[in-house]
Parts: sequence; structure tokens; C-alpha cells
Amino acid sequence: MERAAPRRRNSLFKNISAKIAAIPMAFTALVVFLGGTIWTVVYSFTNSKLLPRLNFVGFDQYTRLWSTPRWLVSVENLAIYGVLSLIFSLVIGFILAVAMDQKIRFENTFRTIFLYPFALSFIVTGLVWQWLLNPDLGVQHIVRSLGYTSFTFDPLYNADIVIYGVLIAGLWQGTGLIMVLMLAGLRGIDEEIWRAARVDGIPTWKTYVFIIIPMMRPVFVTTLVLIGSGIIKVYDLIVAQTGGGPGGASEVPAKYVYDLMFYSQNLGQGFAASTMMLVSVIVIVVPWAYFEFSGRKAR
Amino acid sequence: MTAISSTNTNLGTSTGAEPRGAKPKKAFSRRNIIIYGTLVVAAVYYILPLYVMIVTSLKGMPEIRLGNIFAPPVQITFEPWVKAWSQACTGLNCDGLSRGFWNSVIITVPSVIISIAVASLNGYMLANWRFKGADLFFTILIVGAFIPYQVMLYPMVIILRDLGVYGTLQGLIIVHTVFGMPILTLLFRNYFTALPEELFKAARVDGAGFWNIYFRIMLPISLPIFVVAMIIQITGIWNDFLFGVVFTKPDTYPMTVQLNNIVNSVQGVKEYNVNMAATLITGLVPLIVYFVSGKLFVRGIAAGAVKG
Amino acid sequence: MNIRSLAAALAASVTLSVGAAQATDLEVTHWWTSGGEAAAVAELAKAFDATGNHWVDGAIAGGGDVARPIMISRITGGDPMGATQFNTGRQADELVEAGLMQDVTEVAKAEGWDKIINPPSLYKSCVKDGKWYCVPINIHSWQWMWMNNAVFEKIGKPVPKNWDEFVADVPELQKAGIIPLAVGGQAWQSNGLFGVLQVALGGVDLWKKVNVDKDAKFAAGPEMLKIFKAAAQAREWSKDTKVQDWNQATNMVITGKAAAQIMGDWAQGEFAVAGKVAGKDYTCLPGLGVNEIISTGGDSFYFPKQKDPEKTKAQMVLAKTLLDKKTQVAFNLKKGSLPVRGDVDLASANDCMKKGLEILKKGNVLPDGNQTLSPDTTGQLQDVIDKFWHDFSITPEEAQKQYAAIIAKAD
Repeated sequence: MERAAPRRRNSLFKNISAKIAAIPMAFTALVVFLGGTIWTVVYSFTNSKLLPRLNFVGFDQYTRLWSTPRWLVSVENLAIYGVLSLIFSLVIGFILAVAMDQKIRFENTFRTIFLYPFALSFIVTGLVWQWLLNPDLGVQHIVRSLGYTSFTFDPLYNADIVIYGVLIAGLWQGTGLIMVLMLAGLRGIDEEIWRAARVDGIPTWKTYVFIIIPMMRPVFVTTLVLIGSGIIKVYDLIVAQTGGGPGGASEVPAKYVYDLMFYSQNLGQGFAASTMMLVSVIVIVVPWAYFEFSGRKAR
Repeated sequence: MTAISSTNTNLGTSTGAEPRGAKPKKAFSRRNIIIYGTLVVAAVYYILPLYVMIVTSLKGMPEIRLGNIFAPPVQITFEPWVKAWSQACTGLNCDGLSRGFWNSVIITVPSVIISIAVASLNGYMLANWRFKGADLFFTILIVGAFIPYQVMLYPMVIILRDLGVYGTLQGLIIVHTVFGMPILTLLFRNYFTALPEELFKAARVDGAGFWNIYFRIMLPISLPIFVVAMIIQITGIWNDFLFGVVFTKPDTYPMTVQLNNIVNSVQGVKEYNVNMAATLITGLVPLIVYFVSGKLFVRGIAAGAVKG
Repeated sequence: MNIRSLAAALAASVTLSVGAAQATDLEVTHWWTSGGEAAAVAELAKAFDATGNHWVDGAIAGGGDVARPIMISRITGGDPMGATQFNTGRQADELVEAGLMQDVTEVAKAEGWDKIINPPSLYKSCVKDGKWYCVPINIHSWQWMWMNNAVFEKIGKPVPKNWDEFVADVPELQKAGIIPLAVGGQAWQSNGLFGVLQVALGGVDLWKKVNVDKDAKFAAGPEMLKIFKAAAQAREWSKDTKVQDWNQATNMVITGKAAAQIMGDWAQGEFAVAGKVAGKDYTCLPGLGVNEIISTGGDSFYFPKQKDPEKTKAQMVLAKTLLDKKTQVAFNLKKGSLPVRGDVDLASANDCMKKGLEILKKGNVLPDGNQTLSPDTTGQLQDVIDKFWHDFSITPEEAQKQYAAIIAKAD
């Protein structure tokens, strides 16, 4: 970073301001994220309990981690939740955005309705949906009182489907923002493209799938980062909605990390779990991010 | 992406918030029924919880016990709202959410301003003043977006302690700036990258420097993206509980701590009406920001935030 | 007005070695936020304010799991509060070892804490190398079952006097559409219940072999299997409890939706709030009526080290105040817990509390799981029981195997 970028005619001196402006970013990237990560990884090889201590025990924490049923359930849940959340967020977000983009009436109203849940915290989201999905109060109760007495819908109390109950709430909170991003992306596409497609007689759906979506790639990148980081971090929602239950059926890795660190007071184990999370993030995100963001953009 | 985004930008970035789809036809065409049908069904899913929250917050406890959470209140009462705002207890302090409101404002305003200022500079730099290693920093930042906050709690405590700002407002601002940086930087970077390069080049030819271009040229045309960033940050910081409670003291607890205390208290009978009222009150600030800036929000993103 | 004059009166009545001339603010963090709990904290605050200092309340709701990380972060971050709650046990051991906690031996010696705290097992976790680092302030026992009398009247049976009679009534209860046993969904509730079953059905020796001696072989043996089988029955009876929080489960007992709940003595506060009278509206069975015993869990206060000597002085005053006779009575009556000193008079205690006091006097006490097992082990055992409780495909034998494996590695 000592040399100035060769493309522009910036002298070393003129670039100095940019470098000064980059100090907060460098601090965040190097000290907080990189430093914090390294620190976490180092301490994952210790038997630290309540306070971090450099008492190395090799891979003990990892051996225990991968033989703990709860961790395995957490990983599995994250995989299910992650894949479904990703697909549904993108699909619902895109469909709503397309519908919104048809010169409809009451656009502002609809947009506000879809977006407002994003203003509410996960604690609140979890609470409201815990209530709506409670079989004695919410949806099941209402449908039954309409006469369908055998109707059963109690995702939060059924270990097999509880993660879908969480998904319903998660999508409710987050898809509005995705929709707005997609809508903005659609509107960024020039009318000329549509005109050309119509002249060529390409059906609307084909235009969307083969022309518009590829053109919206940057939108998808932004939404992917947003959705992906939201998925990995899912914690508050679980705590507020299910507490990880029933019987640990809705546990997620972030909750395992937090519980082990602060409830069980076993920092070493918590750090080992967070290291595994970091490793998987790095394996997936780094190559992609590097490919996506590095190198010069053609401008 | 390169070829497409270049055509894209060349064709013009000054796109407004106008719908771009096919032109509408008759009012009751099959197409319209499908579109409005989809929107209305989706709207029900989104609005149902809000409806339940509002309705519940206006009921008395006896009515809530009857069980039908969808029924409108028979007798409307504003008691829960009053209680949530000024009477609900947090331990010994029984002055409800009002206690934390100004604390939240004091925390949110500088945190939002500083985190956005820093991130916009990052984005500007990454778009127009790249130096070697900048990509590396940026990649680390993007990875950082995926790190759960809870994992960073310990390192953050240590860093702030060593900087000597633990437990101060400055410390809290640093925390919000750090954790807001990845997404915001991505947004600003994409926005500035999508601006016509000629703008920047012309300024360079005129001999303008880093700060000059930022303040004189970039800032004035970036209002929309600042609105987007503001919305994301206000929502995030206003709703933050973890950092707010770890890095403050009882006298300066933000509103979310009171909200948590009201909602999470294991009291005799859960006062759902007060919980819901408290929830709505706490969410009011971000909600108002949305209503006020909703159009700007979409325009902000439309105007280039999502082009890379 | 009243409070102020009361405070003045209290201040006059409490004579202190440390001059009350200087008012020092002391921030106290805790997770007591429910109605009854807050009222109990108010008693502590009142007593402390009466010494001329000022209690700055730092309540954090959501229970210890939410509050503890915050407390630990602040202590290690160099921004310690004046005093903080932890559960009596091993939760703060490392903070003490790291030298982050104030030594209060001076007060303990002057007041003779080792003589007045009863049972003595309570203060063991406060004393390290002969020095005192915390003060236990109450006793909470898990070993209770709470029953709604009206429910049993409805099925035409007398209220059970022990677990076996209760078991015999279960079919009738189910026929009447009543949930026999209310158990909230959170993991600690089923785990706590399992501990109570161990003591009540297996006896104190069984509990000690598993939880104190950590005898893995015994934990895998036939005596323990019986407990797991009883738990398997109990999970069947509780499966219709569709609530999360313990107090919501208690509320099901209060309203007659469920017949009974196995829960610590804090459940009593819920009955009190609902205006129910012990003995008349509800019945409490210590040790499920089989082994009458009190487990001595509870809360202790710790005093993180301060830079300001004035604050340290105020900490000493607070430590002394917390164990003051009057404070102990006022606090524990509101909290529904038992006082840590045997020499106070609780004339106004209700039936259930009196039962507890009597058992305490007889010396039928057990340490709490928090004192014998590390939080890590507790967490692992809790995961096993929680899963067993909700996943009916896990047999008692399978659960026992996992349980014993954790006991083998317990610390």
C-alpha cells in the first residue's frame, strides 16, 4: 500500500489524503476484524473458562465440539434455515419487486407495509410471532374456532418443523428490504432494454429471467451480503421466539457460541465454535469477495 | 458483470424512481388481478402482526385473557401506552421508556453521523482513490459483516479498554462505526463507482484534491445514498441492545434496555398489552424515519447504490 | 415524604462503624425485575440509602443468561459496578482469582458472618484462602411441587401428599382434560425438575453420588435408570404445556389448566400475586412429599474492586447492610426466599415458607447444583435432559448413557 495505484496520475503525495482517510477502515479491518479473529482462534486452543487464559490444550475443544449433539443440530439447522432463507428472500423479494414495478396504484402504501417490519428489532419480531404461532392463541386457535377442529399448526412446539416457524418470522422481518433493493435494481434498468425486448417479441417472463436478472447482478451481490450475514448472525430471533427449543431443536451456531461463552462459562469451547463459523465464512466468502470486488472495474 | 454494468452506466444513471415495467392495460385484466392479488396476499402476511400488536396494545388485560388475539378491542384503552411510556418498571426505576428515550437519541445521533461519515469516505476512496491493499481491507470488511457480534464481544471489550474509552459514549460510537462499516462501505462504494467517471476526471483535471472532490462534487450528488445509509444505521443503532447495555451505565441505558426489561421480565402475568405498546413506542422512531424518507429510500438505492 | 422520614428513622437506628457523613453513589447490577423481585430489591436499596449512601439501580431483565455477560464484560473492561449479583456458587470464581473482586474479610470478621450464616455450606463459595469475597443474601430451594387444590376437588380426590399419590391421580386428571404437570419449554426447567426427581425419588445419597462425587458408574446404574423412567412418564404428562416461561406454566396451575408444577420456591410469588393462599388454594410439597429437603441455592453479592477509596468504603457498608437482620427479613419476605441467617424471626411468613424454615432448622439441606457442578457441566447435562424431555423417541436408557458420559468428564 506504499505505492500509489498506477492507473491514475496521482502522485504519492496526493494519495496521502486518501490514505489518511483510510485509517478508520484499516483500523477496523486489521485491528478489530483480523485481530479479533486471530485472538479468537488462538484462544480456541486453550481451556479458558470464564476469563481468557493462555493454557493450551491442543485440539481438545474441537474434538469435543464435533462430538456434541447440540452443535451438530445447530449446524444442520443453520444449513436448512440458511438455504431456505436465501431462496425465499430472493424469490419473494424479486416477485414483490416485479409486482410493484407494474405502475400499480398505492405503491407507497404497499412499500411501507412490506418495509416496516425491518424497523422492528428481532426481539420484538420473535415475540410477536411466538404469539401468532402459539396454538392456543394464534393461527391454529382461530382456524379451529372457524370449525376446522382438526387443523394443526404449531411449528414452535413441534421439533421437526420448528425451524420453519422461525423462518416465517425471519422472512417477515427481512424480505421488505430485499424487495426495496430489487425494486431499485429493476428501476435502474433502462427502458430501452424493455423496448428492444418487446420489439424482438420476447415474452415478459423470458425478458426477466434472461435479460433483466443478469443485468441486476450488483443488486444480487448487495442482497446476498445482507441476507448471508443475517443468516450467520441469527441469534436474537431464536432467543426471543423459541429459546432454542423445543428440546434444542432450533439451536443455531451463534447461540451455541454465546451460551458456551457466557452460560457455561467455557470460553475455549465457545471460541472453538466461533472459529468453525469463521472458517466456513472465510472458505465461502473470501474467494467470492475477492473475485467480486478486487481488480479494476471496467468503467 | 463488467460489460453489462458499463452499458448500464453509459445509458444513464439519472434514473428516477419511475416504474419501468410494461404499461398497464385494463383495470380488471387477468394481469392486474394476478399483480394485485399477489400484493394483497403478501400485504396481509406483513400487516397481520402489526394489526395484532396495535389491537392488543389497546385492550385491557381481562379482554386479552379471553384469547382471541385478532378481535378488535371492545373497549379501547390507552392505559398500556401510558404505562409503557411512563410507568413500567426497570428494577427500581418506574418511569417506563421515557427514561431511555433521550439516552437513545444521544447515542444514536452521533453514532449515525460518524459511522456514515467514515463509511462514505471509505466508499469514495475505494471507488476513486484505490491504492494497493485497499481491496484486501475491503475483503476483510466484507468477511467482517458475517461475524456474529457476540463473538466479537470479548475482543471489543479488550480493544476499548486498551484505548481507554470503555464505558464512554466515544467507545459506543466506535463500536457502532466499526460494526456498521462493512455494509455501509459496500453501499457507498457501489454508489460512487456507478457515478459517471467523467465527473471525477474533470475535477482532477481542474486540480481538485481528495477532500475537495469529496466535499464539492461527491457529497452534493449523494443525498439519496446518505438517506439509505441513515435508515439502515438509525434502525440498527436504535434497536441495538447488546452494545447499548454492555457499554453504558444505568443512567445512560438506551431505550431498548427498558424495552427488554419490560418485555423480558418474568412477571406474574405477562402484560401483553404493555409489551406491545412498548414495542410500538420503541419502534416509532425508525418507523417515522421510514415514512418520511420512504420515497428517498427507494430513489437512493435506485440512483446507483446497487450498481457495482 | 413518608419514605424519607422512614429512611431517616432507619438511618438513626442503624449505627455504623463507618461514618455516614459522606454520601457515595454505588451502582448495583442484578437481574431481579419481576414485580415481587423489584419490591425485594427496593428493601435493599432503602436500607443502603439509610446509611447515607445512594443505591444506583442497574437492573437488567432476561435472567442471568442475559445479565451475566454484561456484568462480566464491564468488570473485565475496567468499568466495574459497585456491587453485583451472582448465583451462589462458582459463577464468579475466576473473577475472584483474577483479583477483580474486593476482599470484604474485614466486615465478615467484624460481623462474625461465619457464625451467623446458616447453613454454613452457603458461604463456602464466598471464601477463598480464608478471605471473603461475597455475601450470600438468600436461599432459594428447587425442591418443591406446587398444586392447585381446586383441581383435585374437581376430580373428587384429596390433594396428594406425595409423589406416588399424585401419580395415582394422573389418569383421572387426564380424563378431566387437565394437564397433570406443567413444565415450561425452556431447558433449565426440565433440567431442574429432573434434579428434584433425583433427590425425591432416589434419595439424597443418590443425588450426592452423581452431583458431588460425580460417580459415572453409578450414574449409569439401575438406581438412576429408575429416575429416568420416572422422568419419561412425567414428560408424557407435561406434553400439552405449550408455554415457554416458568411463570406462564405456574399460571396454568393457578388457573386450573394444569394440576401441578415442580419448580423452585420463587413460584410462590406468582401464587401470592394472584391472591392465592397457601394451604387453602394451593399446596406445596417440599421434596415432593417424599424426602423433605431444602437445596441451598440462592444469590450472593460480589463487590468488584474500585479505584476510588470512597466507593470501597461504601462497598463495605453495603456488605454489612445486606446481612443486617432487618434487611434480611424485609428482603426475603418480599422475595419469597429464605433468609441466610438462622437467628431472624419470620413471623409473617406464609405456610410454605414456614415449612421451608422448619426443614432448614432440622438441617435437611443439600447444596445447590450450582455449587457442586461447574456451569459448563450443568450446561451439558441440561442439553441432554432438555432433548430427552422434548424428543419422545429418546429412551430413558439412551438418555442415561449420555448423561453418565458427561458425569464421567464433569468438573
